[in-house]
Amino acid sequence: MKPIRLPFLNAGLLLAGLLLAGLLLPGLLLAGGVQAAAADHVHASDAWIRVLPGALPAGAYVTLHNDSAQPVALTGATSTAYAEVMLHHSSTAGGMSRMSMVDTLTVPAHGEAVLAPAGYHLMLMKAKNPVKPGDTVTLTLKFSDGSTLATDFAARPANAIDAGEPHAGH
Amino acid sequence: MKPRYLLCLPLLLLLAMGALLGGCRSEPLPLRLTNISGHMPDLDFKLTDDNGKAVTGANYRGKVVLLYFGYTHCPDVCPLTLAQLHVVMQRLGPLADDARILFVSVDPARDTPAVMHAYVNAFDKRAVGLVGSARAVEALSKRYRSAFTREPGDADGNYEVSHSSAIYIFDRDGKARLLATPSASQDDLVHDLHLLLDTGATP
Ligand SMILES: [Cu+2]
Repeated sequence: MKPIRLPFLNAGLLLAGLLLAGLLLPGLLLAGGVQAAAADHVHASDAWIRVLPGALPAGAYVTLHNDSAQPVALTGATSTAYAEVMLHHSSTAGGMSRMSMVDTLTVPAHGEAVLAPAGYHLMLMKAKNPVKPGDTVTLTLKFSDGSTLATDFAARPANAIDAGEPHAGH
Repeated sequence: MKPRYLLCLPLLLLLAMGALLGGCRSEPLPLRLTNISGHMPDLDFKLTDDNGKAVTGANYRGKVVLLYFGYTHCPDVCPLTLAQLHVVMQRLGPLADDARILFVSVDPARDTPAVMHAYVNAFDKRAVGLVGSARAVEALSKRYRSAFTREPGDADGNYEVSHSSAIYIFDRDGKARLLATPSASQDDLVHDLHLLLDTGATP
C-alpha cells in the first residue's frame, strides 16, 4: 500500500505550512508552558521518608506509575525542606553494600518504577528544619521531558519497613 | 528377648524426654541460616559503646549477639537492616531481651558515641552502637573477614563508606554461629535466634 500522493501538496504549500507552524508553535508552547510543567502522565504512590535522628541524611521512597505510552525518566527532585536531593542506587555485590549516584531512573510506558529500600532512593540532605515522623514533606519530582510532579511524602520513623498503612498513626 | 525389650522401653523414653527437655548440647541445632560454627573466631573487640563506656566482647557474654557493620550517614541499607532486625526482635518477644544488636561504625570520623546513641535507639532499645579508632574497627572487621572502604567525597566533604552487609550471630558463649545477609528471611532469623536464645542459657 503506497501512500496516496495528493496533487496539491506541492513544495510551495509545504513551505508555507512550515512557516505558519514556525510562527504559531512558539506561541502554543508558551501558552501551554505553565501546565506542561506538571506531569499528568505520571502519578505517585507509597511515598515516604525514613527519618533518621539529628542532621543525618534520609532516604525517600516512592512508586511511580507512568500512564502514558512513552517512557519517561526520573532525573531527580527538589524540595523546600532539604537543601540537597540526590537520586541514588544502593547495591550489594560480593557481600559489599555500596551506594552510587544515578542520573536517571526510567519509568516504562504503562509501567512503574519503584524506589524502595536497598534499591533506588532519593537521598535527602541538609534539612532546613528538623523533619519528624508524622510530618508530610513535599518533594517535586523532575522528569526528563521537563515535567514535574509535586508529591507528598509521609515522614516515618527510622525503624519503619515501608510506607505503612495509609492512615496509620501512633 | 521380649521381656528384656520391654524393660528397656521406659529407659529409652526417659532418655528421649531428657534430650527434649534439656536440649541435647551435642546434637547440632537445626539452624536455617548459614552455619559458621567453628569457622569464625569468638566475639572479641575493644571498642567504646554509645554511652561512651569502654567495652570488650566479654561484656556481651550471656547474650546472643547480632554483629553488623555500618555507619549513620548511610540512609538506605543500614537503616533497612536495623529496621528489619528490630522487627525480628519484636517477633522474639521477651526472649529478645537476652539478645543485643551490636552496630559497629565503619565511619570513625563522623560517628561519635552521641550520634550513635541517638541512631541505634531510633531502631531498637536492645541495639548498641560501637565506635573505635580506625585501627580497632579494622581489626574487628578483618577478624570476621569483613571489609569497608571510604569512597571519595564531594566538594562539601560528604562521602559514603562501602561496607560488608553481613550480620554475624554469636551465641551466649561468644561463639560465632551464623551468618545472615540483610535479605535473609525474617522467619529464618526468628527461628534460629529462638534456638540460640532457648539453648545454652547460662544459669
Ligand atoms: Cu543514598
